[in-house]
Amino acid sequence: MSQRFHRLSRVLALAVVGLLAAACSSTGSSSAGDSGSAKTMVGFVMVGSTSDYGYNQAVYTASQQLAKDIPSVNVITADHVPENNAVTQTMQSMVNKGAKVIFASSYGYYAYAEKFAAAHPDVIVLHQGGFETGKFSPNFGTYWGQAYEPVSLGGMAAGGLTKTNKLGFVYAFPISQTIANIDAFELGARSVNPQAQTYLVNTSNWCDPLKQKEAAAALLSEGVDVLSQHQDCQTTVIQTAKAAGKYVVGYHYDAKSLDPSGWLTGSAWDWTPVYEAITKVALSGSFTGSKYNANWVGSFADNDNPLTLASFGSSVPSDLQSKITAEQTALKKPGASVFTGPITCQDGSTLVAAGKTMTYDEVNNISCLVKGVVGTLPKS
Amino acid sequence: MNGVEQTLIGGVSGGTAILLPALGELIGERAGVINLGTEGAMLAGALGAYAMTESSGVIWYGIIAGMLAGAVVGLAHSWITVRRGGDQIASGLLLWFLALGVTSVFGTEFVGTAITPLSNIAIPGLHSIPWVGVILFDQNILVYAGYVLVAVIWFVFYRTRVGLILRATGERPEVVAATGGKPQLVQIVAVTIGACLGGLGGAQLSIGYVGNWFNDMTSGYGFVAVAVVLFAAWRPVRVLGGAYLFGIVLAAASVLQAHGVSVNQYLLDALPYLVTLLALAVFARRGRSETPEALTRSLSRSG
Repeated sequence: MSQRFHRLSRVLALAVVGLLAAACSSTGSSSAGDSGSAKTMVGFVMVGSTSDYGYNQAVYTASQQLAKDIPSVNVITADHVPENNAVTQTMQSMVNKGAKVIFASSYGYYAYAEKFAAAHPDVIVLHQGGFETGKFSPNFGTYWGQAYEPVSLGGMAAGGLTKTNKLGFVYAFPISQTIANIDAFELGARSVNPQAQTYLVNTSNWCDPLKQKEAAAALLSEGVDVLSQHQDCQTTVIQTAKAAGKYVVGYHYDAKSLDPSGWLTGSAWDWTPVYEAITKVALSGSFTGSKYNANWVGSFADNDNPLTLASFGSSVPSDLQSKITAEQTALKKPGASVFTGPITCQDGSTLVAAGKTMTYDEVNNISCLVKGVVGTLPKS
Repeated sequence: MNGVEQTLIGGVSGGTAILLPALGELIGERAGVINLGTEGAMLAGALGAYAMTESSGVIWYGIIAGMLAGAVVGLAHSWITVRRGGDQIASGLLLWFLALGVTSVFGTEFVGTAITPLSNIAIPGLHSIPWVGVILFDQNILVYAGYVLVAVIWFVFYRTRVGLILRATGERPEVVAATGGKPQLVQIVAVTIGACLGGLGGAQLSIGYVGNWFNDMTSGYGFVAVAVVLFAAWRPVRVLGGAYLFGIVLAAASVLQAHGVSVNQYLLDALPYLVTLLALAVFARRGRSETPEALTRSLSRSG
């Protein structure tokens, strides 16, 4: 018995070594260890890898830029933090190190960040992507961008270049952000090509390359000639389009280099201006009651959308490029929106009446796919 | 190309990423060792293959690196369980965690890069057979390796002395020892070769099918492979059927959606698991049990 225990403990010891090796990558790195100075410490908590060429890398890159641009700020980061109590522990250890401002950057951190803010009135806590419907603590805020705006511009590129009038969209989960993106993509496509339809395939996973491959291959065999997606990792879909000689519209980051001729355009995060603006307000002591002590949403109209239009690939003709940039300019006018009526749902019901425009709140709660989208959302 | 064809083509390519690890696991389990670290061997193989291909530019080196990376996991598992008498379940799970951590550390630099995956080779003559040709004989080399391995493993198991010793080791290691054999050596070799195939399955995923690497890209398919072996009642041809069936239903879920067919997505996601389980469970009831006895003992011991 004790011999068996001995053996098992050796196995455990081996595993602990392995887990430590793994943990080395996920512990925070402090960009400056100078604790004696008058610098303010700002923490960033991320759910994934700082080099995922996607959502988390965008957060990390902007956090490092923040440290460069505002000399009085010390940035600490933690990545691979799962969406459970580990978030609270990570935030607590950041506060113990002296952090005064914390950015919790994953959607699933919301409840933890909100509670943490209430328990730590002296720390300013911000959540990326959440939407507070109740009362705000004086030290809490959420921030996000109208992601669907640049997505609709990508849809225009797709609609303009498709020969089969069939566009494919690989998505992960039917959350409202994604539904808004799918609808905006189709609306953008149809604005330049009334025949364009968007075919949907769902993977139920933010990054499962095998399912992405099957999804992309299935769409291509259906006759789709432009693929787009809302996934955390986008390489597989780009690769599949490239191998088939088809087009792709990206999401999260500019991946034009992977396929310069197949890449049309896409949406890419640029969080630096947002982080810097929030940090400056926090440093000045005027956070409470400011626009960031609320649900702050960047948009083209306010010229502060953190999701920007990525670069154009070589296949996009210049007249289509100017059409798209003209639309981007048009969306910057106050009150302009992709979701301006008349827009009908798949089933023929009215989503937005003629002359009406959906508010951000309404888009955030969207549940219908617009006419021209082929496929259904999972019924829960 | 119609939807049915696309489903079968995708099913065979994707199913190969399950088949190769499952065949490896079959060899190990026939010798009496279950390896839940198969998922880890796949991850190691996927990264090893990708990293080598990406840095050397030679996809063949990648295939070899993938197999070697898998073999390292197998060697570790057999050393812990066979030489040191460690618990098979615990060792397998811990090696999976270890592989997950290590590949995430070393794999991060490859995330976001891409290589051209293995190209398909149409087999002259065979690929022009109507319908079957495009599905089975216009695939990449690792898919063909799957066909050959099933035949080779079947032959070795049931027609050779090596296979007899392997199966005897899985039933009664004491008898093998009494007749002058080395059951521990047989198990170590079997588990290592098995994990080597696990690594090859990972390679099929990263360099064979999708052409990139992402941390934890195997998404649990190594565990599916282990389950396929169990429900295939340790028979090579059934393992092939189970792995392809899983791949085909997985591909069908995408094809149906792309076709605009309205099916509950959550049901579609569960279907590959459900259908494979049911089919194999139904078949497993037929014929005498081939459950390796040493395996049942090692399993009940850990229970």
